[in-house]
Amino acid sequence: MKYRLLAAAALMAAPMTTTTAASAAEVNVYSYRQAVLVQPLFDAFTKDTGVKVNVVFANKGLIKRLQAEGRNSPADLVFTVDVARMSDIVNAGLAQPVKTAALEKAVPAEYRDATGLWYGLTLRARLLYTSKDRVSKGAITSYEDLTDPKWRGKVCTRKGDHAYNIALLSAVIGHYGEAKATEWLRGVKANLARKPQGNDRAQVKAIMEGVCDVAVGNHYYMALMLKNEKQKPWAASANIVFPTLAGKGTHMNVSGVMMTKHAPNKANAIKLMEFLTSKKAQGLYANVNNEYPIDPNVKASPLLESWGKFPRDTVSLDTISKNRATALKIVNTVGYNDGPVTN
Amino acid sequence: MTGFQTSTDNARARGTRRFRLDPWTAGAFVITAIVALPILTVLAAAFFPTENIWPHLWETVLPGYIISTLELMAGVAAGTILIGVSAAWLVTTCVFPGRRIFEWALVLPLAMPSYVVAYVYTDILEYAGPVQVMLRDIFGWTTSRDYWFPEIRSLGGAIVVMTMTLYPYVYLLARSAFLEQSSGVGEAARTLGCSPWAAFRRVSLPMARPSIVVGVALVLMETLNDFGTVDFFAVQTLTTGMFNVWLVMNNTGGGAQIAVVMLIFVIFLLVAERVARRKRGYHDTSTRPRRPVRFELRGGRMALAILVCAIPILIGFVVPAGLLISYAIEFYDVSLNNRFPQAAFNSILLAGLAAGVAVVIGLFLAYAVRLRKSTLLRNLARFASLGYAVPGAVLAIGILFPFGAVDNAVDGFMRGAFGISTGLILSGTIVAVLFAYVVRFLALAYGTLEAGLGRVTPHMDDAARTLKHGPAQALIKVNLPIIRGSMMTAAILIFVDCMKELPATLLLRPFNFDTLATYVYQFASDEMLEECALGALTIVAAGVIPVILLTRVMGRNRPDQEISVV
Repeated sequence: MKYRLLAAAALMAAPMTTTTAASAAEVNVYSYRQAVLVQPLFDAFTKDTGVKVNVVFANKGLIKRLQAEGRNSPADLVFTVDVARMSDIVNAGLAQPVKTAALEKAVPAEYRDATGLWYGLTLRARLLYTSKDRVSKGAITSYEDLTDPKWRGKVCTRKGDHAYNIALLSAVIGHYGEAKATEWLRGVKANLARKPQGNDRAQVKAIMEGVCDVAVGNHYYMALMLKNEKQKPWAASANIVFPTLAGKGTHMNVSGVMMTKHAPNKANAIKLMEFLTSKKAQGLYANVNNEYPIDPNVKASPLLESWGKFPRDTVSLDTISKNRATALKIVNTVGYNDGPVTN
Repeated sequence: MTGFQTSTDNARARGTRRFRLDPWTAGAFVITAIVALPILTVLAAAFFPTENIWPHLWETVLPGYIISTLELMAGVAAGTILIGVSAAWLVTTCVFPGRRIFEWALVLPLAMPSYVVAYVYTDILEYAGPVQVMLRDIFGWTTSRDYWFPEIRSLGGAIVVMTMTLYPYVYLLARSAFLEQSSGVGEAARTLGCSPWAAFRRVSLPMARPSIVVGVALVLMETLNDFGTVDFFAVQTLTTGMFNVWLVMNNTGGGAQIAVVMLIFVIFLLVAERVARRKRGYHDTSTRPRRPVRFELRGGRMALAILVCAIPILIGFVVPAGLLISYAIEFYDVSLNNRFPQAAFNSILLAGLAAGVAVVIGLFLAYAVRLRKSTLLRNLARFASLGYAVPGAVLAIGILFPFGAVDNAVDGFMRGAFGISTGLILSGTIVAVLFAYVVRFLALAYGTLEAGLGRVTPHMDDAARTLKHGPAQALIKVNLPIIRGSMMTAAILIFVDCMKELPATLLLRPFNFDTLATYVYQFASDEMLEECALGALTIVAAGVIPVILLTRVMGRNRPDQEISVV
């Protein structure tokens, strides 16, 4: 009985026990982005080209997997959000440069690596959500305003060491330097309504609940909440504000793609990269995820278009990833995750 | 076979435990070396960091992590002991309505992943949830500033949720300890003038203490390695801190250093457990099969007993399962897609295989330790069990590197010698996932089987020897039939835990591969509980059946009946 079970298992497992590299029409992807977000794009790609896309999704540790697998890694491409994580992969020597005319044409220079080690695919703005009932329009317009004592006990954010907040803090460091950025985060912490918790959407929900008046969150959550029956009231309770940083504009981060150092299916991988930056895929991405297309010539989703144009912050993505380690230290030094208690 | 016998003789002659490399010792060495690989990998990363942020961590967040981890552990330990021991004592020694149902139903929460329970109670108790909506309707409050309501996302919330999903470990072990105590002992205490309560306090409880300690140690290791619940409830423990440093900030050295602090906690736990077991000087030597005599509860006491047993089942199982069922019905079409059956198949296959492998290895280790009576072997086996307390994602990273190194070495050799590339043979396959499960849950197998073998008197081995059986034959013919129950218990516990395992599966799995847990997670991580309800429910269902089996097995596993079998 046991043997029969083992035999059956071996049979089932057989196709999975070898991950040997290149085979006909395939491309292998390690994705930090959830399958539900990227799968529609991969399906469209397969339909167009006949190239099959194999995916492993994990939200943590894929860099380590790539590192451990070394030159025999089956992965061709890595999908991820947050520029700092892309630098991690570059710094670990796990990426290889790709340069094609199509890629360089579609992706503006500020949203790709100069040597072609990574390309941005979508843009995400970090916004302020404010209570419709309790915050008048124009009462808060910048990230700096978050430290204003008039918001004492009224600000909600997710944890300080989450990648989105770290990137924002890195941009603050980029403008003001470490000392002033520490002061800024202390000010935000002093204004917190509660201990940082939950995801970005949970902060907007807290606005509806009356726990706080101002929250920090990425822009596409507004779209996601509007699509979800249960979360519609959360969205309805808040206005969005495109804040400025140092008078410049709204902090933006990218989601992107990069080719691995040892990619076994290089040609197909380039095909997929070019597909993802094509007008067709950019339009699809924009409408599935409600992120801003990386290609300025592709329209965002109708909802995002209705929010209008806004100035973007000027700190380069490079600086943002370089400041990450400092940003994390500031979060720990300030004790941000302990919440509004004074220390 | 003769080689076996001489070394057995040596081991038996106390004081002259000369070290010999026989198959049992060698096998135990090899197994522990392989199983300890992931932990050794983590230790290596901690002691040779590329960028040392230890001083920074120590000055800022680490003390806070340690304090909240200790608070969490203390709370969960107190809660699980209180619920587990009192419920176990009630169902084994008293008679009250529903006792037979409670006996198995009290184990049900074990099948609930704690992160699912955490989601469910947040849904119910948060501001927009039914409880607060009702309160606002009744009292006319409008916002959260008008009234006080306990915040579920807090240390207290995490303690309650983890207590409610983990107390079954204490309950199971306490119950089997109470069952094993011949009623003769309790009766003797009664004839000596003890009240039932005093008999419990002065006789039953001390005799059961070693088992209870084992249960609490398991609970605390689960508490220590949990990431999902504490992260969701925003409790800053060592685990969440380590995740951020290691995996978000990509600082391997710092993350591994926090992991070492956690390992120190675990080693402390294991030592405490051993001390408690060592003092186990109480044996019930009666061999007469006796039916336990239970006393009947009436009136207030009866009601109290029913409440004590019913509340944990309600909170830990009925309410979350009920909510999941209602979601699953409502969102049936969203949740059931074509990947679901394959994910279910993968889960059951992997969990079943892992349970089988872990039990065989655990048995080998436990029996080798019993045969050789070697402290070195025992400590090795304990070290190999450390994987249980390590968070899954960390364990996974500890597996990635040795597996990658082996794969690349084999590939390099084959390329050099034969000009062919073998690529990755182990990495990114279900072998890696399986290995993670075995390393993670070997402690359950080893612990349960060591305890099971401990209950088999050495006279049994002697009897086998007089029949000219070698150690291997003695194991198969004499010990195995006696500890069958323990083996089932171990296999079922591991099966259920593997069904729930998420972080290691996520990181180690092959391309396009889902288990139920990863399938559920893609929705759950977005806090879309409704969409993942069916998947979560399947995990629970797949766990419930073995869990019910488990109580059956343990019910049969009373020594009086074991003895009548032999």
